[in-house]
Amino acid sequence: MPEGKLCNKKPVNTKEELQALLTDKSGKQYYEEMNHLDVDRKALWGTIQKSFKSRLKTWLEICSHCGLCGEACFYYLANNKDPRQVPSYKIQQTLGKIIKRKGDVENAFMQECMDTSYAKCTCCTRCGVYCPFGIDTGIMFSYLRGLLFSQGFVPWEMKIGSGMHRIYRAQMDVTVEDWVDTCEWMAEEYEDDWPGLTIPVDKQNADIMYTVNAREPKHYPEDIAEAAILFHVAGENWTVPSEGWEETSLAMFGGDWEACKLQVESVYAAMDRLKPKRMVVTECGHAYRATVIEGPYWAGLKSGKTPVESLHYVEWVAEALRTGKLKIDPSKKIKEPVTYQDSCNYVRNAGLGDIAREIMSYIAEDFREMSPCREHNFCCGGGGGLNGIGRYREQRNIGLKVKRDQILATGAKLVIAPCHNCWDAIRDLEEIYKIGIRWSFLKPLLINMIEVPEELKPKEE
Amino acid sequence: MYEFVTGPLAWLSFAIFFIGLIVRIGLYIRGLDWRLDRVTYGENVSYGIKGALRSILFWLFPYGTHSWRNNPWFTLWVFVMHIGLLLTPVFLLGHNILLKERWGISLWALPESVADGFTVIVILAVIFLVLRRIALPEVRLITTAYDYLLLLIAVAPFITGFLAYHRTPDYYFWLIAHIICGEIFLMAIPLTKLSHFILFFLSRAQLGMDYGIKRGGMKGKGLAW
Ligand code: SF4
Ligand code: SF4
Ligand code: SF4
Repeated sequence: MPEGKLCNKKPVNTKEELQALLTDKSGKQYYEEMNHLDVDRKALWGTIQKSFKSRLKTWLEICSHCGLCGEACFYYLANNKDPRQVPSYKIQQTLGKIIKRKGDVENAFMQECMDTSYAKCTCCTRCGVYCPFGIDTGIMFSYLRGLLFSQGFVPWEMKIGSGMHRIYRAQMDVTVEDWVDTCEWMAEEYEDDWPGLTIPVDKQNADIMYTVNAREPKHYPEDIAEAAILFHVAGENWTVPSEGWEETSLAMFGGDWEACKLQVESVYAAMDRLKPKRMVVTECGHAYRATVIEGPYWAGLKSGKTPVESLHYVEWVAEALRTGKLKIDPSKKIKEPVTYQDSCNYVRNAGLGDIAREIMSYIAEDFREMSPCREHNFCCGGGGGLNGIGRYREQRNIGLKVKRDQILATGAKLVIAPCHNCWDAIRDLEEIYKIGIRWSFLKPLLINMIEVPEELKPKEE
Repeated sequence: MYEFVTGPLAWLSFAIFFIGLIVRIGLYIRGLDWRLDRVTYGENVSYGIKGALRSILFWLFPYGTHSWRNNPWFTLWVFVMHIGLLLTPVFLLGHNILLKERWGISLWALPESVADGFTVIVILAVIFLVLRRIALPEVRLITTAYDYLLLLIAVAPFITGFLAYHRTPDYYFWLIAHIICGEIFLMAIPLTKLSHFILFFLSRAQLGMDYGIKRGGMKGKGLAW
């Protein structure tokens, strides 16, 4: 059986196909079908010839096998310096072989490639910073994921995720109505405590268009309320788009480049429609990376930039604190030791390390850096979609050890993690390793710390 | 024999060296693609140049980057070897005398004892790198025969040259061997992964532009390599 009913080379484009996948609990049938999936060698080699150009070619070719990238990779460290975890080895054994064999590879080998490119690499791109030739293995693994996707070798959850983006323009089945309803519901819910609180939908020419991660409307609607409260207190003229509100991209993790493009175009269309001055993305690392850093390229925007200037949430927070739009009550600053999880996606890959420090300088009295930190920080262990993939849970949990030890070394019991994936990974590492830490996004902390002007407080009656 | 290896064969190896490098550069640049690489090479050029220069310069200096500093011994020997590999052949007195005889040009020359010292150091560096490849499990696993062959190609002109210079009984044999080894080295540069001679700069520039233009260079201070 070359093409399975669930596991095949065709991306998911209809609700029926999506439902069939979702019904297959933990992808049992899906992975069984994968064992029989044929490799379309001609198509694979054709794709490679079109997309494997000098940058990647040179990376694979000139690697001098010096091994410096080994200690750069948190998987190598977490697995007791297993040489098979050296980035150079991992990529030469997978993508390297596909190229050498001109795409003439078997099913079993493709599955091996899939296992390596997900369970041994989160595409955190740290190794590229440590290689003398600037060989960015994380980028190569992301490329490999794209090849694997085109051949149907993709973890069950990522296939679902990419289908969600194709159907709902969101990583979860949140429709436009669900989203708008959630916004209304949250505004009502919190209006008593915050008189005048609104979540304006589709307002034209606002200063800020705010966009989120679908998990927020789906599972954590308070997060949207918190964002609204902070914008409200800061006196921002803001809005959310009814369509094009989702920033994340499981399609990016899964290597479905077409869905990546569809997804970011929905956000750019909202920008064109509502003409905001700027866009602000919620506290999510890969969402920002996808829509702001990589997205313009998927959409073919020659400037390499989003249609309107886009900020990560931390940039907005830093600005609001700097300009005094939000004021911290000095007595409410964080007194206990606190550390900060630098997200690879917006720190290493988008240069926001200083912004994070600036925020900490306003809100924390005893800020402890992890070591290493900033652009040299280790991945939390849950990046690249790994948090969500059942098949690789065990490998992910081993990978978490590096972050655990980094946090322990700071002595802090509170970890600020303004990234959904990092937040999840840190929650899970506490659950597994029980080191007695708490973790938080910025929003709830800020709400407890800011000075609220009298006129915004609820009137005593 | 001497006439042949210092005549036509020398021409051939220099031609392959120079033409090969130019082809390498041309192919590399032609294969860059702003959409596939997701870097706007043609936009925000000043950020791109800044990123490229930072990416090259930090790595060009010993201990200039985190990675170099984390591996002090490796860094020491790698730099010593590369400096020896580049300087010794270009500034060797004997080579310059030959150049003068044949093509009427010559450069400043290193004192002979210094060149001799460099030669010994290059040989020691290569020995260190070979031992490192064997000793460290993470390097051993990824090392291939090709890697040893390249080290051999690089060190052979130095070993043979050393033997010839010190007038071992088979002087003439070692001289010819030295010249041939040197020519093999020259030709191998563009034809093997010794092409990092030039691709180091191109690849570093590319990643530097990536970071300088897209991955934060326009917002932060630039990546601390
Ligand atoms: S550091 Fe770079 S050159 Fe060295 S083994 Fe790793 S990828 Fe290859
Ligand atoms: S990108 Fe990150 S996880 Fe992947 S090989 Fe490099 S360091 Fe390891
Ligand atoms: S989850 Fe966080 S730390 Fe991990 S790769 Fe993503 S951004 Fe980096």
